[in-house]
Amino acid sequence: MRTDLAVIGAGPAGLAASLAASARGVRVALLDAEPEPGGQYYRRPAAGLRARRPRAPHGRWRTWTRLRDGLAASSVRRLADHHVWCVERRPDGLTVHALLGPEQEQPAEVHARAVLLATGGHEVVLPFPGWTLPGVVTAGGAQAMLKGGLVVPGRTAVVAGTGPLLLPVAAGLAAAGVSVAALVESADPRRLVRYAGPLVGKLPEGAGYAAGLLRHRVPFLARHTVVRAHGDERLTGVTVAALDAHGRLRPGTERHLPCDALAVGHGMLPHTDLAEGLGCRLDGPAVAVDGEQRTDVPGVWAAGEATGIGGAALALAEGHIAGRSAAARLRGTAPDPGAWAPAARARARLRASASALDAVYAPPGRWTDRVTDDTVVCRCEEVDAGAVRAAVAGLGAGDPRTVKLLTRAGMGWCQGRMCGPAVAALAGCAPTPSRRPFARPVPLGVLARPHADTAGPHPTDHPAGTGPSTDHPAGTGRPADRPTERGPS
Amino acid sequence: MSESLTCDVVVVGAGMTGAACALYAARAGLGVTVVDRGPVAGGTTGAGEGNLLVSDKAPGPELDLALLSHRLWAEVAQELGGAVEYEPKGGLVVAETPGALDALRRFAAGQRANGVTAAPVPADRLRDLEPRLRDGLAGGVHYPQDAQVMPALAAAHLLRASGARLLTGREVTGVLRGTDGAVRGVRTDRGDLHAPAVVNAAGPWGGELAARAGVSLPVLPRRGFVLVTEPLPPRIRHKVYAADYVTDVASDSAALRTSPVVEGTAAGPVLIGASRERVGFDRSVSLPAVRALAAGAIRMFPFLSGVRAVRTYAGFRPYLPDHLPAIGPDPRAPGLLHACGHEGAGIGLATGTGRLIARVLTGQAPELDLTPFRPDRFPPTSGEAER
Ligand SMILES: Cc1cc2nc3c(=O)[nH]c(=O)nc-3n(C[C@H](O)[C@H](O)[C@H](O)COP(=O)(O)OP(=O)(O)OC[C@H]3O[C@@H](n4cnc5c(N)ncnc54)[C@H](O)[C@@H]3O)c2cc1C
Ligand SMILES: Cc1cc2nc3c(=O)[nH]c(=O)nc-3n(C[C@H](O)[C@H](O)[C@H](O)COP(=O)(O)OP(=O)(O)OC[C@H]3O[C@@H](n4cnc5c(N)ncnc54)[C@H](O)[C@@H]3O)c2cc1C
Repeated sequence: MRTDLAVIGAGPAGLAASLAASARGVRVALLDAEPEPGGQYYRRPAAGLRARRPRAPHGRWRTWTRLRDGLAASSVRRLADHHVWCVERRPDGLTVHALLGPEQEQPAEVHARAVLLATGGHEVVLPFPGWTLPGVVTAGGAQAMLKGGLVVPGRTAVVAGTGPLLLPVAAGLAAAGVSVAALVESADPRRLVRYAGPLVGKLPEGAGYAAGLLRHRVPFLARHTVVRAHGDERLTGVTVAALDAHGRLRPGTERHLPCDALAVGHGMLPHTDLAEGLGCRLDGPAVAVDGEQRTDVPGVWAAGEATGIGGAALALAEGHIAGRSAAARLRGTAPDPGAWAPAARARARLRASASALDAVYAPPGRWTDRVTDDTVVCRCEEVDAGAVRAAVAGLGAGDPRTVKLLTRAGMGWCQGRMCGPAVAALAGCAPTPSRRPFARPVPLGVLARPHADTAGPHPTDHPAGTGPSTDHPAGTGRPADRPTERGPS
Repeated sequence: MSESLTCDVVVVGAGMTGAACALYAARAGLGVTVVDRGPVAGGTTGAGEGNLLVSDKAPGPELDLALLSHRLWAEVAQELGGAVEYEPKGGLVVAETPGALDALRRFAAGQRANGVTAAPVPADRLRDLEPRLRDGLAGGVHYPQDAQVMPALAAAHLLRASGARLLTGREVTGVLRGTDGAVRGVRTDRGDLHAPAVVNAAGPWGGELAARAGVSLPVLPRRGFVLVTEPLPPRIRHKVYAADYVTDVASDSAALRTSPVVEGTAAGPVLIGASRERVGFDRSVSLPAVRALAAGAIRMFPFLSGVRAVRTYAGFRPYLPDHLPAIGPDPRAPGLLHACGHEGAGIGLATGTGRLIARVLTGQAPELDLTPFRPDRFPPTSGEAER
């Protein structure tokens, strides 16, 4: 199919952008891998499960209703169950390649004049002895189980790691009737006081969760870490201990907490696969954008956590700006930033609080010391920490890519999405985004299929008023688009 | 932070070629320092495949080098076989049409006369060797000498076995030369290294390094993509490719040519490679190239249609205009030796290259005549573009 703007990701950012753009007369197709819109934040129980209205802060519910009703009333073409594996630059625009349904076997293509990447982020989980036992889940996974399927991961849970997401997860588990034995946070949230200024907008929601924890008597262990998860067949308990100012264990503080579920999370990282495949510039781990949320690739915008982790409200503001900018540019006019000044102000404020949170919540300094050599780091390829260390010490690997080549860590099914940060830290270097040209594994039969239909433009497809723009043409050819080039031989 | 070090020879480049040069030079008794601006195997060696082939080489100097290398790889494997994932699995070249089969058989006969083991396989016996090949192929030739290593592991383990001093993260910014023109060592971004001999094993950047020594060597990059599938139980036993591959390798065309080259790996994934394009050092994914690879692989092994590709990657083969590497001393800069430009065969040809370089360094007669590999065989270039 053909459209003006293809939005990839139906979380807060993608929804806000789709509504803003379609309200301005642009044809929008909204693709998401999930069957329902909402993204991570507004994840709903699947339609078939007769669920009562989930507990959520009131403001969140109201915003969701507004987005959902707006989407239903709009002309946005919703393409659910579309797993996008690649966005291709073509001389006449951009082609979004997707695989359909849970099986991800049948292909679908959307040809667009512009693309917005609103693919959100993914969780980071760092390894520790015992972390591969059944019963250990990611914090986001626990949250998704609660929100999506209304199942709970166990009867007695420990929530551990670092970051502001642990609070809502612990509160959510407690509210669902799980006995939460402790929230183990390696950072010291009291340091937030130092950053209170930029955090004003953030605190009410946090305070709500904190009240929930109090109500359910969840012990909060700040500057503590899970040293080891215990169990033979599955999880039976964890050892936790206090950390000193340098991130070392404080001797004599170890204690055992029995539990049958452990939800761990160490923050989030942006999804950048599609952006990198397109050749977009990154800024650290995130897609780099300008004030209009444009990437440096013509015709490609990005918004939400793909451009940096910062929460749902920030994703909404960025999505709104991206949608308005794209709408104007697709009509061939320069947008007026004054028109979205409130969203821009919210964006500035929320980005400031996000960086304050970043400064406080970071994995403890010496966490890699506690990863024993026999701890599996890469689960897909079953590479342990000892192998990574041997590659660094004995074989001259000094960066994550070489460690991968020499140990296979990160070469498996998940392509290092899970183990990347841990492997980099064990190798003693900063994580580098690794290139993953396919955002999803793609059947060779789909790859091989001829794609003749994607050639020339279909002029009849263009509605009045959205003629080709001249100032920001989508996907203009660059050397890479040319299949061949004559060398000087 | 500048330091001055002295050794017998500085090898520039910690890829497969540099590692093999270091191993044979050290075993010949020389004190070796290997310098790389990146990590070990961070160049083409970490971005290609590890086929050690004699099957794709026509009689001539490259085949002679391949046969020497084949013998040396077997020796290396005795020592390091498991660590470098050496597998003497053999190659199977198939022909899709009777015409292609004729050409392939003639090619194989020429190879046999030059020391290659090449056994014709009639159409109805192909499945004995590769049970999952498609129907209707015209026939093939079996090359038992073809083998395989994991290139990054091979480079890392050969370097370690050499005992050479390894300096990574250090760029060679110039080659030091005395008033008599003789090489005195290299300048790096972190100090000078003094040595009477320098080996240029800089792969596709070999031309750039040559220029830093004041000589020209027209090494150019030729891009290749490889597709990697999800891990599978062993299903493809040999390295299998279609006969048109051979003509591609020798092709002077810059156009994209893809031939289905399919192989299983010890770790499970099937590798499908490799396309050949001259587009400079452009790493961005070309869907047309990977689509052609997928289609070619399925044409030989229909079951692959339902198998998923998890990844694709690109590398840059270092090539010289006549498709032969530059190996040996450079008369224009006494003390400078070249070992680069191996194009799509640098893993296979590494051991022979390393041995020849070590012979020259120690003043012994090399096993092969180095004339075809002379680094000064090209007309001087007028600063031609090396994109
Ligand atoms: C456990 C947890 C608790 C949280 N609690 C809070 C909280 O209390 N307050 C708060 O402000 N924020 C919270 N957040 C963060 C919040 O969820 C995010 O900030 C917000 O969802 C980001 O919005 P987004 O639109 O950028 O991305 P997302 O909501 O992540 O949406 C991205 C969408 O893109 C889709 N997608 C990604 N890649 C592809 C692809 N290749 N093909 C097709 N579709 C794709 C995904 O399916 C997803 O629906 C929490 C997050 C987690 C994980
Ligand atoms: C897709 C693909 C598939 C291939 N398949 C095969 C195959 O199956 N079999 C086979 O035999 N070959 C294959 N090849 C070819 C093979 O990979 C190369 O020929 C070989 O890796 C070249 O090795 P090298 O050591 O010469 O170069 P490289 O591995 O590129 O090493 C050169 C090194 O020099 C360093 N360097 C450069 N300049 C400087 C400087 N100024 N200072 C310091 N360091 C410097 C670089 O950082 C680099 O590490 C393939 C190649 C590709 C791209």
